[in-house]
Amino acid sequence: MILGQRLGELCGHGPNLETDIALTNISLDLFGQTRSYLQYAAKLKGGDTTEDDLAYLRKEHEYKNALLVEQPNTNFAYVIARQFLFDVYHLLFLEQLCNSKDDQLRAIANKSIKEVKYHVRFSGDWVKRLGDGTPESHEKMQEAIDRLWPFTNEFFEATGVEDSAANSGVGVVLKDLKTGYFRQVIQLLTEATLTYPEQVYYLSGGKEGRHSEHMGFILADFQYMQRTYPNMTW
Amino acid sequence: MTKNWPLWEVFVRSKNGLEHRHFGSLHAADAAMALENARDVYTRRNEGVSIWVVESKDITASNPEHNGELFEPAQDKVYRHPTFYDLPDEVKHM
Repeated sequence: MILGQRLGELCGHGPNLETDIALTNISLDLFGQTRSYLQYAAKLKGGDTTEDDLAYLRKEHEYKNALLVEQPNTNFAYVIARQFLFDVYHLLFLEQLCNSKDDQLRAIANKSIKEVKYHVRFSGDWVKRLGDGTPESHEKMQEAIDRLWPFTNEFFEATGVEDSAANSGVGVVLKDLKTGYFRQVIQLLTEATLTYPEQVYYLSGGKEGRHSEHMGFILADFQYMQRTYPNMTW
Repeated sequence: MTKNWPLWEVFVRSKNGLEHRHFGSLHAADAAMALENARDVYTRRNEGVSIWVVESKDITASNPEHNGELFEPAQDKVYRHPTFYDLPDEVKHM
């Protein structure tokens, strides 16, 4: 959802019409998937809770997204690097979620996986184009990879909730995805004539609700309508 | 950068069994990107099952100035339309 919002910020501001539409399509795919999860979560929570309550009315520390997705749209290379580093993880995650014991989650995963396969293809192609493009595009792509790389390990650090979901067969064992993830990412980076930083201090905390300084600004935009006009609907 | 990207023409087959139809054009650096851009620009509302792209410069077009000699002579030759036959009722879809 947060990544969808980040991409949505680019609507009308993409580098050209075609790429603008492509990024907005991905944004809408992610929001669509988020709705499926939140509708289900609201149903499980019961009472009067709706998907909108969960989307719009949580406080900052109650959002449990990985730090990577809240990083800003610094330039197109950052947008692509962030997307690629997330998409590869997202696809591996959904492939496992297709084996979930929970019917609803399995159905959502099965539906989402086709969309995400395209996301990986799109962002991977762009990493190759920019990495193996002009000296300038290579330099910008490399910088974006170097700066966003420290956020990649958080995907595989399971929180308590993720552990118990995995143990009950509903969720995904995240650490099992790690080897495949880095193999796949590094292989594509090599193809794109890019490197990755070997010495890294990995950052995490987003999934526990400890966010980067960007999160508050995202939520200010994102929650504006519901906070200003409580209970409004379309 | 955008200015240097060549123009591509996009053809989409909306259903199996139908022909590819011209849908529009877009800019892309190469054929692979043209295909992905076409997917994102022209098939996001479930318009198609297959896409062709061709670089616009590879299309040879007739010159509108030559319309006179190319097309007008056909206007008064109705006998070239096979409309003077009585079709048996059993023949459908003609």
